[in-house]
Amino acid sequence: MNFAERIKTGEGGIIVAKLDDLLTWARLSSLWPMSFGLACCAIEMMGAYTSNYDLDRIGVFPRASPRQSDVMIVAGTVTFKMADRIRRLYEQMSEPRYVISMGSCSNCGGPYWEHGYHVVKGVDRIIPVDVYVQGCPPRPEALIGGFLKLQEKIKLKQNDAPKAIETLLKMQENSSI
Amino acid sequence: MIEEIKNLIVSRLGAETVIETNDKVLQPFIFVQVEKLAEIGQILYEYDFDHLACITGIDNGVASGTMEVVYHFYSILKNLTLVVKVKVARNQADEPLPSVPTLSHIWQSADWHEREVYDLVGIHFEGHQDLRRILLPADWQGFPLRKDYEEQTTYHGIQVKY
Repeated sequence: MNFAERIKTGEGGIIVAKLDDLLTWARLSSLWPMSFGLACCAIEMMGAYTSNYDLDRIGVFPRASPRQSDVMIVAGTVTFKMADRIRRLYEQMSEPRYVISMGSCSNCGGPYWEHGYHVVKGVDRIIPVDVYVQGCPPRPEALIGGFLKLQEKIKLKQNDAPKAIETLLKMQENSSI
Repeated sequence: MIEEIKNLIVSRLGAETVIETNDKVLQPFIFVQVEKLAEIGQILYEYDFDHLACITGIDNGVASGTMEVVYHFYSILKNLTLVVKVKVARNQADEPLPSVPTLSHIWQSADWHEREVYDLVGIHFEGHQDLRRILLPADWQGFPLRKDYEEQTTYHGIQVKY
């Protein structure tokens, strides 16, 4: 059988799956992070994207726009000046959206927790975080570990219904009253 | 070198202009009257100090009631370094900020350095063309590197303290 015949027969397997399972599988196999970095953690994040670590093999592929991204890696120190921008970028991402907080600074303020007048003491004060990766900065292996953890989390949470639309509807109801 | 510069300034602007000179330290400096700073800058520029490397703002604390501005000059042509210091009175809570003449019309690098000193220490630079905050957000309150700085409780709804 030559190639042309083989491709036209339509023989071969059919996979029967629940749509939820299929969507979950698709989601966790193509986690596209938004490409932006805030500080030195971003250097390790870039290291994780390189061919040595090859994040592409688990479907992680940086995108240049929040509209096309599934994951936001908050890699670095979140200053108060940056906080408004991060919140806005998060709101621009389409659901389901996930957040990985990378490094001590974005986990809890890190070395700036006491005297850093300009640092938000944890990015979870402005947006919800799914996975925290510890380290200062974390090595690329740790970030990859964070992605694997996120995949596990998506696998367990079978139904990821959008929440923003509920909030918007609620706001509309309240304003009409 | 420092004596020569002192004599130059004194001969042009009067003996009271230079308050103190010291060349026994690692970085020889001259302490000058703050009102004459712009004229002194012009003299130093004509003396071939063509590079203003750094401006530092210092808060000496509430008890001493003074603030300092330190200028590091370098002459690429003559390979000389010079430190010039000025002292101003610290302002009380509702008084206007202490004021120092700008050097941004002589050295362009002074523009951003003076904005940074204004942003973090709160010293007003008289005659600066564009004295805005440079690092902190425009709606920030207070000057964080002052000794008596108190953080605001929240910024845009986010708690500031840990």
